[in-house]
Amino acid sequence: MSELETSTIDVNGFPTRIWRKGSGPTLGFLAGFGGLPRWMPFLEELAKTRTVIVPSLPGFPGGDRGHTVLDQHLDWLLAVREILDQAGLAGADLAGSSVGASLAAEVAALWPASVHRLALIAPFGLFDANNPPTDPWAQRGDAVPGLMCADPEIWKAMKAMPDGANSIEWPIEQVRANEAAARIFWPLGNTRIEKRLRLIKAPTLLLWGEHDRVMPRAYAEVFAERIAGQTTTKIVEGAGHLAELDKPAEVAHEITAFMD
Amino acid sequence: MKLMWFHLMPYTELPEDFRDANPSVWVDIHSSLFDPRRAHLMYNDFMDELEYAAAVGFDAICVNEHHSNGYGLMPSPNLIASSLARRTTDTAICVMGNSLALYNPPTRVAEEFAMIDCISGGRLIAGFPVGTPMDTCYAYGTNPSQLRQRYHEAHDLVVRAWTERDTFAFNGRFNQQRYVNIWPRPIQQPHPPIWVPGGGSVETWRWCAEMNYVYCYLSYYGYKAGRATMDGFWTEMDRLGKDRNPYQAGFLQFVGVAESRQQAFDLYSEAAEYFYGRCLHVDPKWATPPGYSSEGSQRAGIESQVKQAADSGVRGKSTGERFASVARDMDAIVEKGYVIIGSPDEVAEQLREVATQLNVGHLMLLLQYGNMSKDLTRYNTKLFAEQVMPKLRDVHASWTDHWWPQPMEAAQRAVIPAYAPKLAAAE
Repeated sequence: MSELETSTIDVNGFPTRIWRKGSGPTLGFLAGFGGLPRWMPFLEELAKTRTVIVPSLPGFPGGDRGHTVLDQHLDWLLAVREILDQAGLAGADLAGSSVGASLAAEVAALWPASVHRLALIAPFGLFDANNPPTDPWAQRGDAVPGLMCADPEIWKAMKAMPDGANSIEWPIEQVRANEAAARIFWPLGNTRIEKRLRLIKAPTLLLWGEHDRVMPRAYAEVFAERIAGQTTTKIVEGAGHLAELDKPAEVAHEITAFMD
Repeated sequence: MKLMWFHLMPYTELPEDFRDANPSVWVDIHSSLFDPRRAHLMYNDFMDELEYAAAVGFDAICVNEHHSNGYGLMPSPNLIASSLARRTTDTAICVMGNSLALYNPPTRVAEEFAMIDCISGGRLIAGFPVGTPMDTCYAYGTNPSQLRQRYHEAHDLVVRAWTERDTFAFNGRFNQQRYVNIWPRPIQQPHPPIWVPGGGSVETWRWCAEMNYVYCYLSYYGYKAGRATMDGFWTEMDRLGKDRNPYQAGFLQFVGVAESRQQAFDLYSEAAEYFYGRCLHVDPKWATPPGYSSEGSQRAGIESQVKQAADSGVRGKSTGERFASVARDMDAIVEKGYVIIGSPDEVAEQLREVATQLNVGHLMLLLQYGNMSKDLTRYNTKLFAEQVMPKLRDVHASWTDHWWPQPMEAAQRAVIPAYAPKLAAAE
């Protein structure tokens, strides 16, 4: 397999990281809550059979402070569209998780030709007052790992500061990721994406962690009903909200099988 | 120096087991704990106390804004201030203040403050806090990532609304108004003095210095913890080549005065322990909405903790985080300097030291706190006015306070009749 390549694009004046690894058909991935402070096993799995391209989102690790100039939802959607284009993902298969899944779905709705097939892992964007998502920004610090992953140690390992990292900037970057998510989804997580789902024509795989403690599983049904393209819903056993962290091989397998 | 009387308006009947039985005094405090009929009495007592403080000679009476808060019953301090404007004559009215980003459009603040300034004959101090995370991000749902940008934009809009003579269009990032033209306009020109309560971020120090605003540190933790923050402000002022005029600073301090230190300890323990024990009980989950603290403040906080600096307990910490580590028994409350207690001489001596060491010309005094009764509040207030205040008048006497309200001349102001509606009706 090829080595991990890192390149940088400019988005609204902010340097934005693009990771690329593997060979085969191109597959983009937009990360979930917390972003990608480091490469992860799930991407390694995908790279076995795909050319995986992973752009950072503004404000998330690798995305500098790009979120600070995005005030409205349209600003975000245009930025994501531009990032996907610059990353060479126009018209490719696209997967996303959590906050990234919501943005992937938006792009597929607004610019149907820009996404071939779509895989969404527990996307943000909906709010049902009778069955609300958990508020990820009103949590005691020690509660977050168990909220994001079925196995909290996996989240902790993802966020742990590597040797040699800047001990002041590293924690600030992790807070920034939470801030960037808040900038899009505060306070309820509700972007009214429901109104746009009917515009999604791409065949869509919906994945939901069996133990997702953030996004109610009932939301999968709303996505499945509203999306115009054909949808398939799978529950990932033993996984939490960020199913790709808890069960990298299983989630990667579901996605590549769907895309084949 | 100026001695100002501050009321938080705490709900005074939180149950004894409040801390154990409830997750938080703020945001999701349960409605069953609030009895509106008791609150009727509390509000009227509190307003009596503020009026009393004005009558015994305090330079200002101060109110502030909180939301969904068991120790701050003023979602709208402007309502209280407007009543105080009618029931007092010469005392400055300090609204500390209106959280600018919460008002849509923010010209509402320009209008209401202009109303208070007109009603009071030009006695308003206009406080512009960002607001705590609990008030702004959680109770009011403001996006923490946009809060400060919105605050600054709202500030610019309010100041323009006060000062521009002609109707103008405001083309902001978050606010667009085609026709800005507030009526009424403030009496004080170009506008009422602007004071900014801050939590110790470098950005706020710099902004106050550059804008020539009063920087206030409204901490519940007294002068010992506040020292580093005020030093930080003055260091920034020095760096920018500004005067060390103590009147460009304000500081909040709890006080309990009595005949002796022991008597003060005995008299004020219950109220202080009620405040620090029950009122400052906030669920840490409300502590840190991401983006609320600027990255500069986060950096300073982390660096300060690495160095174990004296201010590591406050720098880069949110209000909620500070609450978590608070002392709650009277011995520690006094020892840490949260509440200054003693005889009039002892209190005066300590406050002189606070005002001098922190270089603060505006001391905002909390003489009512927690469940302190109206009688004890009056006692504390009266003793302070009669026996402490005179001993502090000479402090900072060589400086001029450029940030104090400039009311209309007394002879030109409305005569407010004693309240006698039955007499008036019989005429």
